[in-house]
Amino acid sequence: MSLDYENDDALHEKLIEEVLSHYPDKAAKRRKKHLSVAKNKQETAEEGQVVSECDVKSNIKSIPGVMTIRGCAYAGSKGVVWGPIKDMVHISHGPVGCGQYSWSQRRNYYVGTTGIDAFVTMQFTSDFQEKDIVFGGDKKLEKIIDEIEELFPLNNGVTVQSECPIGLIGDDIEAVSRKKAEEYNTTIVPVRCEGFRGVSQSLGHHIANDAIRDWVFDTTEVAYEAGRYDVNVIGDYNIGGDAWASRILLEEIGLHVVGNWSGDATLAEIERAPTAKLNLIHCYRSMNYICRHMEEKYGVPWMEYNFFGPSQIEASLRQIAKHFGPEIEERAERVIARYSALTYAVIDKYWPRLRGKRVMLYVGGLRPRHVITAYEDLGMEIVGTGYEFAHNDDYQRTGHYVKEGTLIYDDVTGYELEKFIERIRPDLVGSGIKEKYSVQKMGIPFRQMHSWDYSGPYHGYDGFAIFARDMDLAVNNPVWELYDAPWQKAAMLAASGAAE
Amino acid sequence: MPQSAEKVLDHAPLFREPEYRKMLAEKKRNFERPYPDRTVTDQREFTKTWHYREINLAREALVVNPAKACQPLGAVYAAAGFERTMSFVHGSQGCVAYYRSHLSRHFKEPSSAVSSSMTEDAAVFGGLKNMVDGLANTYKLYDPKMIAVSTTCMAEVIGDDLHGFIENAKDEGAVPHDFDVPFAHTPAFVGSHVDGYDSMVKGVLENFWKGEQRTVKPGSINIIPGFDGFCVGNNRELKRLLNLMGVSYTFIQDASDQFDTPSDGEFRMYDGGTKIEDVRAALNAEATVSLQQYNTRRTLEYCKAAGQATVSFHYPLGVKATDEFLVKVSEISGREIPEAIRLERGRLVDAMADSQSWLHGKKYAIYGDPDFVYAVARFTMETGGEPTHCLATNGTPAWEAEMKKLLASSPLGNDAQVWTNKDLWAMRSLLFTEPVDLLIGNSYGKYLERDTGTPLIRLMFPIFDRHHHHRFPLMGYQGGLRVLTTILDKIFDRLDRETMQVGVTDYSYDLTR
Repeated sequence: MSLDYENDDALHEKLIEEVLSHYPDKAAKRRKKHLSVAKNKQETAEEGQVVSECDVKSNIKSIPGVMTIRGCAYAGSKGVVWGPIKDMVHISHGPVGCGQYSWSQRRNYYVGTTGIDAFVTMQFTSDFQEKDIVFGGDKKLEKIIDEIEELFPLNNGVTVQSECPIGLIGDDIEAVSRKKAEEYNTTIVPVRCEGFRGVSQSLGHHIANDAIRDWVFDTTEVAYEAGRYDVNVIGDYNIGGDAWASRILLEEIGLHVVGNWSGDATLAEIERAPTAKLNLIHCYRSMNYICRHMEEKYGVPWMEYNFFGPSQIEASLRQIAKHFGPEIEERAERVIARYSALTYAVIDKYWPRLRGKRVMLYVGGLRPRHVITAYEDLGMEIVGTGYEFAHNDDYQRTGHYVKEGTLIYDDVTGYELEKFIERIRPDLVGSGIKEKYSVQKMGIPFRQMHSWDYSGPYHGYDGFAIFARDMDLAVNNPVWELYDAPWQKAAMLAASGAAE
Repeated sequence: MPQSAEKVLDHAPLFREPEYRKMLAEKKRNFERPYPDRTVTDQREFTKTWHYREINLAREALVVNPAKACQPLGAVYAAAGFERTMSFVHGSQGCVAYYRSHLSRHFKEPSSAVSSSMTEDAAVFGGLKNMVDGLANTYKLYDPKMIAVSTTCMAEVIGDDLHGFIENAKDEGAVPHDFDVPFAHTPAFVGSHVDGYDSMVKGVLENFWKGEQRTVKPGSINIIPGFDGFCVGNNRELKRLLNLMGVSYTFIQDASDQFDTPSDGEFRMYDGGTKIEDVRAALNAEATVSLQQYNTRRTLEYCKAAGQATVSFHYPLGVKATDEFLVKVSEISGREIPEAIRLERGRLVDAMADSQSWLHGKKYAIYGDPDFVYAVARFTMETGGEPTHCLATNGTPAWEAEMKKLLASSPLGNDAQVWTNKDLWAMRSLLFTEPVDLLIGNSYGKYLERDTGTPLIRLMFPIFDRHHHHRFPLMGYQGGLRVLTTILDKIFDRLDRETMQVGVTDYSYDLTR
């Protein structure tokens, strides 16, 4: 279904001008390129769908001192790509902080015995001290790997997630990894994801993808007999169980998910990936690199899909099924039909409560576009959206999702986001923990759209019910009515009365 | 199909439905290349043994689940305790995203800080340009009264000189010459967040006190609270006590309002905090009192060098620690401790006497920042408890010695062991081999509760998975009452759970306890 609405482009243009006027000239000039209002594009997409143009500069350095919401390459590698692989030990290599702050915060669900055969919600760090900076940390790293092998013998591999100092002091973590991998006959992956590399999390994703290519693929014999319906799910981190709510659908239509990258993943699933018949990529931003590589080297085609909300799930299931032919297509239709009762029940229940509510988003990865239709499935409208670390190709893809007049903000600053929200006063904001409380102070409902605000899954049909319920409980909670003290209201009324 | 619109199943029940259990079992069997169950069980049992404990405690390089964070977190927290002060962290930008998230997740409040966003080229050429542009942008956009600069490890490794950079930035007009930009070098590879706190507070004092003439204002006291996740409750409670006594005091660093702003339609980027003019005037105080010695070692040295008397405590919590704090304050200020406070004290003692039978002989494992561990060990001993494991990842040899002295002061401390520089994976072995009744720490302790079955009481930063505890004090007699009640609730809830099985254990499911 497609929801018809338009956004107030004149207001949005004006808001951009307003926020820019507060910057020093040099910063205003740079920030200007990151802000825009979606315009109708003349050409249309293949299916005759209207495409908007989101013409902003992206993936360039953040300006110092403006309160960017972005993270770093380490966050992109350890936090996003590698961290969820459950049977490997991921060492936060450097000082204690990075590992501490990212410990257990992404909600990558997994099943395993933590500390025994699974290690996701643990913080392994080399806890660098001054002497390690001065004399180098390679000897320490060797010892750390020895101690991991002794204390956690059921690990299936180790990754070394570099923090800033590693690249600055000239440590050779590659040599250590090679040596120790041979000694223990195991997989050890050095990752050069020092936080100062690149301009955001994004380069960390890329570096992490490359590390899989260089240090995992083709290093061991994969004993696996491939089947014709084997697929990998790429770029689903199983936040709150997202990947599970997706997997169940793919299996129901007859596919075999032989690897899930990287939520609830094991090293075996990573190693086996090149044998699959198709890569299904959800978070394009963080894992397109490895999909392109697998296509080039192993001939595995890849396809983007979207499992947020019934409209996109239906379209995606059909598109995926088409790749495999009539048998799977027929099963896909049955699955869509089977879930339609649930879908209609959810929409019937929540549409009247959410219809016409206006939403602003600011997230990372795929969500600033991928979740738009899920909101629209509930009758909600997207007035603004933006990415922390998108590239140009993300904004191109965003054009397929947003309506004309939507406010677009790339690498938004704390100042801009606050002003935009204050002036637009949407009915709901979806962003991260750093944004949550300031928005709520303004009396505007908020949902964290990185961690699903400790809820989820939001993927799949089962997840859509939870998504709808969560948006409803945020928007329609009675607390938003309690902000003004009654005597304050009376005083305001009296004041306005006197003025008349 | 387990999901429905009428009764939406959340993740916990959803994935226990048969369809999902089957799916996950098949995933494991077919695709995960798992170890045999027996191997996993054997290893799990092995980790509970004394043998495993020995190799675990003998670790020299690997750190697993530490109970400490890095210096700049402490600096950002410290800066939040001064009037309209923006934290500016010089170095990589991802760090700042982490500090802000970490503080927000604990306080359930916004946490504002900016980064100089240094990248690879800054690693080569230094971050001067980032500092100049960054200060200009922060000054213009966020209208601060003061910008407090600290560093990430990147800036420390390449050796950026904050003092020189800030002077340069002022010369280039990034901020006015008379604008206050205190700074502190806060290398993440030295000490922990408590040291970053120390350095930043010292940096602020130096900024305002350096070269100034001191005119002693007799009887006036500066109070430095230290890094404290309970600052909201604690600072307000201490102010109440000091006001009751009529003491002339200044809190130096007070984040209690910053991290507890009201919801009334307005987002306050800045709220409360020590006023700049009060920081300036604080030079004239007769004495500076630190509530957490291991958070303020360098700051106190500086105060001493400035001519002030200095006193320090270890997180004044419980009866005797609060007594000592009040007596000392009374001594310095010349103000009597009023009868009302004596009655409060009596009420805490009364409550402890009422409940003593439930607390006597209980064994505790306590971990956290050094001063906190000292405080809780002391208070549990006041209730007849036996602190068995006292662990501070960021403890020092001096702390260890002080702890041992405290524990030796009572037979209740006879079996106590002090663990410096150990982490929570070490604690796991300790709890398996020498079990205790209760574990006191922060949210990270929940993994120990899961693995060892030891009930966890969350009394220290960070607390992510329980809400609003930090809004209530732990310090002072009122705080003691709160801690006492929290411990008792845990004991009673557990006892009820253990005795509620109908027809089996519920003979002990007593109505009155």
